[in-house]
Amino acid sequence: MAITPNPYKTTGTLGWIDDRFPLTKMWKDHLAEYYAPKNFNFWYFFGSLALLVLVNQLLTGIFLTMHYKPAADMAFDSVEYIMRDVPWGNVIRYMHSTGASAFFVVVFLHMFRGLLYGSYQKPRELIWVFGALIFLVLMAEAFCGYVLPWGNMSYWGASVIINLFGTIPFIGADLVTWIQGDFVPSDATLNRLFSLHVIALPFVLVGLVAAHILALHEVGSNNPDGVEIKKNKDPKTGIPLDGIAFHPYYTVKDMVGVAGFLIIFCGVLFFAPDGGGYFLEAPNFTPASQTNTPEHITPAWYFGTYYAMLRATPSFAGTQIWGVLVMGAAVVILFFVPWLDKSKVKSIRYKGPLSKAALTVFAINFVILNYYGLQPPSGTVTLISQVGTVLYFAFFLLMPWYSKIDKTKPVPERVTA
Amino acid sequence: MNRLTTRFARIAVLLTGALLAQGAQANAGVQLLSFTPDTGNLASAQRGARNYMAYCSGCHSMKYLRYNRLAEDLKIPEDVLKKNLMFTSDKVGDPIKVAMPAASEQWFGRVPPDLSLESRARGPSWIYTYLKSFYIDESRPLGVNNTVLVGASMPHVLWELQGWQKKAEHKAEGEHAEAAGGHHEGSPFELVTKGSLTPKEYDEFVADTVNFMDYAAEPGKAGRISLGFKVLMYLFGLLVLTYFLKKEFWRDVH
Repeated sequence: MAITPNPYKTTGTLGWIDDRFPLTKMWKDHLAEYYAPKNFNFWYFFGSLALLVLVNQLLTGIFLTMHYKPAADMAFDSVEYIMRDVPWGNVIRYMHSTGASAFFVVVFLHMFRGLLYGSYQKPRELIWVFGALIFLVLMAEAFCGYVLPWGNMSYWGASVIINLFGTIPFIGADLVTWIQGDFVPSDATLNRLFSLHVIALPFVLVGLVAAHILALHEVGSNNPDGVEIKKNKDPKTGIPLDGIAFHPYYTVKDMVGVAGFLIIFCGVLFFAPDGGGYFLEAPNFTPASQTNTPEHITPAWYFGTYYAMLRATPSFAGTQIWGVLVMGAAVVILFFVPWLDKSKVKSIRYKGPLSKAALTVFAINFVILNYYGLQPPSGTVTLISQVGTVLYFAFFLLMPWYSKIDKTKPVPERVTA
Repeated sequence: MNRLTTRFARIAVLLTGALLAQGAQANAGVQLLSFTPDTGNLASAQRGARNYMAYCSGCHSMKYLRYNRLAEDLKIPEDVLKKNLMFTSDKVGDPIKVAMPAASEQWFGRVPPDLSLESRARGPSWIYTYLKSFYIDESRPLGVNNTVLVGASMPHVLWELQGWQKKAEHKAEGEHAEAAGGHHEGSPFELVTKGSLTPKEYDEFVADTVNFMDYAAEPGKAGRISLGFKVLMYLFGLLVLTYFLKKEFWRDVH
């Protein structure tokens, strides 16, 4: 089927554009005539909020890049220059640093929503896979950004993370040198992480977000009932009976979410930009130093869960690669969720007690692991992290079993109010 | 079923709260005296600037802070600034540098660090406690040690003001460990030589100095807090407006 230019037969200036570019078509397909289920609840705010935070990071990032110097002997000074001498520099920098943490908060909640209502199930597998890729790229992007201020925690964090590659047998040591461009994290390392942070990764990230949204609009949004609204259409108009136009209904609703989110976001930004030492760590107000190791090296707070798993895994057969593999597997396993869930129903509302218990334990365990991933190592911390790691994987690996045998409730024909 | 989601939300909120409440605190295992900087107390920060310039700036630079920024933020007239606070430069646009030569590494064992960001790197409580924790220790090259930074190479520059103190006997140390929250009653020191200031005056002197250093670590702090109130007021208004806008649009959704 060939593409018909200007299917809506617009005229005038708009018509001139529509004859050449699908402006009206895109507007209708993605906003004015994109029908979303009318029963979205609180959890559905986090998708649009993630987009908002992404835009915030891109815009503030542009201005930071204008003043930041990606050189080992200038980076730290240039960040203080932004904080003190650049007009509005401190607000822009805090928007970016608070935005990084906010990004993970909304993305974690957005992913949890997906698990809660089975939004990854057929036909939405690819939306989930694109989402998992976004999460992966976001972690790389955040790591690179974390290194840029070139404070002492940046430096040692970079050292720890890059040295994870050193656990790979045979090529490990050379690989680390190749990644760093030096034998220790240095000017060369900082410069390439800067390049990845401002060009390569954001470019991939924006592309993946576009794919995520296109895939979503192709099949339509899921909802808290897990009912396919396209099954019940108005025979005359062909519009789903439980669907409402994304614009204006969800644009105005998301504005409420944005206002609520911004209150919390700006509360942190203006009154506690350090986030209690978790958003901006105290050791990072000391310049990077090869000779002065911080007392307790932690990654940024949002890596806590995965860092706990890394530390919980004992070395074995003379290598520590197992921890790295476990940590990697913890992220990779997310990609398989659509095929691990064998339940007949999508939403937790109609799933049985086993699925409910599993998800509750998983969510609590995720937060506990995150907490212990940031504590100084001790016997107790290791033990809790080990139990947590097992629980984390059990949620996914046992899913085919418990989701299949679990008793489900009948799903209603239409969405519930 | 909504109860389940609210329960999740509540658990998440509680756990996040617990996580954030855990402030990162690092010191030599000594209970720090808690000190909350009085942001926006100009008089205190001005006195602190005077203290810093008189007692600290001989060795410790504040290279990220410019003299004129300091004068502008702390409302110090330029002539007062030039006459009383500027010792290393006569250009008001210059940052606060030291006259100390690099050879000072041989004098003290290390070059005295720049203190622009000390209050953010170590925390105001740390500086406050540090400046009150010098004690006589004949085993050290300068005859003085510090409980917060054991083996500190810095001499007790403020001895004329505080006087000399020595570590209290073991009994007092035990008491200190038991006294929760770092109260003065459990002080691990006893004053052996009086200084020119009373202990109370000395505490105020240190508090002013830390207030200034906290200002210096983030000169934009007071500004962002006052801007924050305006932004939040706007956002609460926006929340109300968007809420009613949404309600109006959704009237025909059943």
